[in-house]
Amino acid sequence: MSLMNRHEIFEKNSIILTVGILIVVAIGGLVELAPNFYLKSTVEKVEGMRPYTPLEMAGRNIYIREGCYLCHSQMIRTLRDEVERYGHYSLAAESMYDHPFQWGSKRTGPDLARVGGKYSDDWHHDHLINPRSVVPESIMPGYPWLARNELDITDISADLATNSVVGVPYTEEMIENARADLFAQANPDAEGVDGLEERYPGAQIRAFDGNARTLTEMDAVIAYLQMLGTLVDFSAYDDQADVNLR
Amino acid sequence: MASSTHAKSFTLSEGGVAALLIVCALASIIIAAKTHDEAMAFHAWLGLAAAAVGVFAVFNGHFKREANIPEEIDGKPNYQMGPVKVATALSMFWGVAGFLVGVVIALQLAYPALNFDLPWISFGRLRPLHTSAVIFAFGGNVLLASSMYVVQRTTRARMAGGLWPWFVVWGYNFFIVIAGTGYLLGVTQSKEYAEPEWYADLWLTLVWVIYLLVFLGTLWKRKEPHIYVANWFYLAFIVTIAMLHLVNNATVPVSFTEPKSYILWSGVQDAMTQWWYGHNAVGFFLTAGFLAIMYYFVPKRAERPVYSYRLSIVHFWSLIFLYIWAGPHHLHYTAAPQWAQTLGMTFSIMLWMPSWGGMINGLMTLSGAWDKLRTDPVLRMLVVSVAFYGMSTFEGPLMSIRAVNSLSHYTDWTIGHVHSGALGWVGFVSFGAIYCLVPWLWNRKGLYSLKLVNWHFWIATIGIVLYITAMWVSGIMQGLMWRAYTPQGFLEYSFIETVEAMHPFYVIRALGGLLFLVGSLIMAFNLWMTVRYGEPAEEPVGHPTAVQPAE
Repeated sequence: MSLMNRHEIFEKNSIILTVGILIVVAIGGLVELAPNFYLKSTVEKVEGMRPYTPLEMAGRNIYIREGCYLCHSQMIRTLRDEVERYGHYSLAAESMYDHPFQWGSKRTGPDLARVGGKYSDDWHHDHLINPRSVVPESIMPGYPWLARNELDITDISADLATNSVVGVPYTEEMIENARADLFAQANPDAEGVDGLEERYPGAQIRAFDGNARTLTEMDAVIAYLQMLGTLVDFSAYDDQADVNLR
Repeated sequence: MASSTHAKSFTLSEGGVAALLIVCALASIIIAAKTHDEAMAFHAWLGLAAAAVGVFAVFNGHFKREANIPEEIDGKPNYQMGPVKVATALSMFWGVAGFLVGVVIALQLAYPALNFDLPWISFGRLRPLHTSAVIFAFGGNVLLASSMYVVQRTTRARMAGGLWPWFVVWGYNFFIVIAGTGYLLGVTQSKEYAEPEWYADLWLTLVWVIYLLVFLGTLWKRKEPHIYVANWFYLAFIVTIAMLHLVNNATVPVSFTEPKSYILWSGVQDAMTQWWYGHNAVGFFLTAGFLAIMYYFVPKRAERPVYSYRLSIVHFWSLIFLYIWAGPHHLHYTAAPQWAQTLGMTFSIMLWMPSWGGMINGLMTLSGAWDKLRTDPVLRMLVVSVAFYGMSTFEGPLMSIRAVNSLSHYTDWTIGHVHSGALGWVGFVSFGAIYCLVPWLWNRKGLYSLKLVNWHFWIATIGIVLYITAMWVSGIMQGLMWRAYTPQGFLEYSFIETVEAMHPFYVIRALGGLLFLVGSLIMAFNLWMTVRYGEPAEEPVGHPTAVQPAE
């Protein structure tokens, strides 16, 4: 068979074989990945999205550190039961500032895309220390160390700065005030509260772990969880608009 | 340089490895001095220690050897099997460790008290340790060992690069140590199967490029005109993993002395990139690489030629072309673009054909030798692995169909599917290859006990069956419970009721995993006895000539 004989060129020349492989495996990725970076329809236009506050960012990094994403998705699919159980299906816009994304791939526990505001801070505090104290059948591990560990804030300005390098719209001002904003969000009596509210409209400000004097990892994680899924203003979002039908 | 054939010179590769390690040691010292992060400091000290040991080993090796190493002895290639032996032994070690962690996390899901409220052993940190230990540590070392063995045997040439193959094996395993200890300390970038942070990724990139060069260099030295089919698959695995690794780990570190980094891609683009990577870690690490193993070890063990040369060409190119497209089937009904989901699904279904092409080529190689399945448990393991490959690559396209995926996604069905591939296909084909390799490498007449291989085979098979059936039932059940409605039109079950219903299946799954672990311990014992007390073969075992594909 002549075609098969022509295959000899690959079998007798390792460089041609290598280049051939590279071309063949590059095509699929180029076609599927590249357009997402320039097609405007990939990410919807919405009202209300803002970058994470420094405290939320710190909480998110702890969420990643503890591997929460391995059991909790943050992606409500466009299915009736999911929308009824968790709320409006997730929009691409809602994770546009997520480096990396936290959609997850497994629901050993429930989806967390819209967990913000569903439970009280106290509930989260107790649940994270010992999940079975509030949900007896839960199989989630306890995270008591979150309440014990003081939040490490050494890198918080660098965290924001690095995020701005990869495209999150953090301003110079936000990066400069990162530390003050972080403290202010967990302490309503702090001086910097006004500046924080100005820079991050709608940020929730309170002692998330019930104690305004010390800043723990618990504060950060609860601040992050209570914000999840609350940013987009769905009263201003028309899911039937042409631009949003994808 | 050498003045006579018996002279000894400090070779270029010895100098190169030593120089590189000294640079790494200096970098480690700077990082250890400057970082304020404990995990980073720990890794820097580990790096320094490893580099120091490495430099010592280079010079020690140089002073101990009496002459330059010849390419051939008495007209026969002087194969370099040292790195192959090390990678084979390490694969067994990591395998047992990885299976053990798997059993632990399976039990944690059944009995959450086993998390002991300790950060280092909580489920979220152990789960990446399990997946990386079995995929990259166990599977990776099997691939390193087998590729370095096969490429030398099928080219009839000593491995290229002098000391560099040693660097590849130890460097890769150092990456595993950094990655694994990092997870326990909470260092992760949270991209599934690509969790290690930027500095581990950089190190792996270096090791991988050298691996590619060693592999290509050996092909360039070949005494056979044709490159054997197994080597096409190894080459596709090495090249594609390099591409995937670079794109999916394109991160910007917070600082060069901090472990944290942020990836260039965000949200939907990051999700698309991650699953392009994730599915092809399956396609090229766990499939192409292990198909290479199949293409060498099945014909060798069955003493039959590969069934169809033509089929191997067709299924090789179509497999590597189609696999790359399949990623978006992980994102059905999500915020990823619909067109991409549809493309992913379509190519996943098409992928069924080349997958089964490989299965047919593997199974039909047994034509005329089926009777050996009764007497040779090693061959039986290899053949059953190919059968599991056929099963998983049928189940995969099925689950990629959007309607099926709406039920299966986010549930344990996915976990069951992965394990039928990982335990049944990757596990068994690796075990089969290692059972072949150990007597060949250590020059033994045969394995210490075929009876123990038989025990391993049956215990592990029962373990796999328990595992995947438990996950099918629990996964489909959970998917159905999530979408169940009462006649009044309300959701029937709260989420926690679905969690409660999983418990018995989690226990069965842990039992299945435990059986698989027991099987691997039997194997480790058998191999140890083979190496330690096995009767030496009179002549170097293995094969004088390269395997030939059918015409």
